[in-house]
Amino acid sequence: MDNVYITDRLKKTFTHDILETDAGGDMLTVIVTAPVIAEVIRFLKEEPDLGFVFLTDLCGIHYPDRGLPLGVVYHLHNLGENIRIRVKTFVTLADPRVPSVTGLFSTANWMERETYDFYGILFEGHPNLKRILNVEYLDFFPLRKEYPLEDPTREDKQDRHFGR
Amino acid sequence: MNTTTIPYTKTEPPEGYSAPGLFATTLDRVVGMARKNSLWPLPFATSCCGIEFMATMGANYDLGRFGAERLSFSPRQADLLMVMGTIAKKMAPVIQQVYIQMAEPRWVLAVGACASSGGIFDTYSVLQGIDRVVPVDVYVPGCPPRPEQILAGFMKIQEMVADEPLRRRYSPEYREMLAGYGIV
Repeated sequence: MDNVYITDRLKKTFTHDILETDAGGDMLTVIVTAPVIAEVIRFLKEEPDLGFVFLTDLCGIHYPDRGLPLGVVYHLHNLGENIRIRVKTFVTLADPRVPSVTGLFSTANWMERETYDFYGILFEGHPNLKRILNVEYLDFFPLRKEYPLEDPTREDKQDRHFGR
Repeated sequence: MNTTTIPYTKTEPPEGYSAPGLFATTLDRVVGMARKNSLWPLPFATSCCGIEFMATMGANYDLGRFGAERLSFSPRQADLLMVMGTIAKKMAPVIQQVYIQMAEPRWVLAVGACASSGGIFDTYSVLQGIDRVVPVDVYVPGCPPRPEQILAGFMKIQEMVADEPLRRRYSPEYREMLAGYGIV
C-alpha cells in the first residue's frame, strides 16, 4: 500500500469531497470538505485494505487570511504497515461546525473538547462538548488570532512604567 | 585541640521594664514573640520556586533555625501560606480555598516572580499575581529566588508577626480588606 493507492481509493469513493492531496513532505496529506470528514475517517479506519485504526492526534488551527480560516487536523496511523496519513478540513468562522469522530475513536472525546476550548470549533454529535483546559468563565477562544495572547489585566507592562 | 564557637543569636526579649525577679511588658509583645518563633508554614509549591524552597528547608539553609521546622501540610494548622510558583487561573479558586481554610492569624508569602506578578507568563491562562485572590504580606522577587532571598522574606514575615497588635484581626478595616478579595 502506497500513497497513490490510498489517494485513488479515497477519490473513487468521495470524488468531489476530496479537495486536495499532497504526497510530498513527511506523510500523505488529504484535505476534504467538512460535512464528510467523519465518513472519510470511518472509511480509512474500517476498510480492511486501509486499516488506519489509530487516531494519533486531533487538533485545530487558525489561518486568519484564508477564506476558510478555521481548520481541524487529524493524524491517523496504520499500525500494521506503519503508514501515517494526515486529514484536514476547513470551515468558516461564522459556521464552525464539524462532525464529531467520537463514535469512531473514544480518544477523540478529549481532543475535540480541547479543540473546541481553544478554537471554538463545534463538533456535532460530541457527547460532552465543553471546555477542558481553560477556566469555565473564559469568554473567548484564546488561540484564535483575533485575540491577544497577553493577559489584558496585567498592570506592570503599561507604557508609563517605561517612560513611553 | 582547636575549638570554634558557632555564633548564634538568642531571641531578644521584647521591650519592657525589668527589675530583680520581675519583667513587665505588653501581652501583644509576648504573644508576638512566641508566634514569630514558631510559625508553621504551608508550602504551596507549583514549580521551580518550590525546588528552591526544598533547598531552603534542607540542612544547608535550614528554615528550622527560624522556628519553622514543622511544615503544615494541612491549612487548618498553618500560620503562613508560602505560595511558590506559577498559579494558573484554574488554580486561583484552590489557593483562595486553602487561604480560607487557614485559621487566624494567617500570613501569606508570595515567593518568586510568578506568584508575585505572573512573571514571564503574561498570558490568558495564568493568574497575574496571587494578590488577585488573597492578600499578600511579603513578596520575594527572583526567578527563582535563591534560598537566602526566601529566608529574607521569611524574616520580614517574622517582623510583621512580632509587631502585630492582638486586635488587628478583629478590626473592621481588616474585615473590609478581606471582603475586597471576596473572602467573608
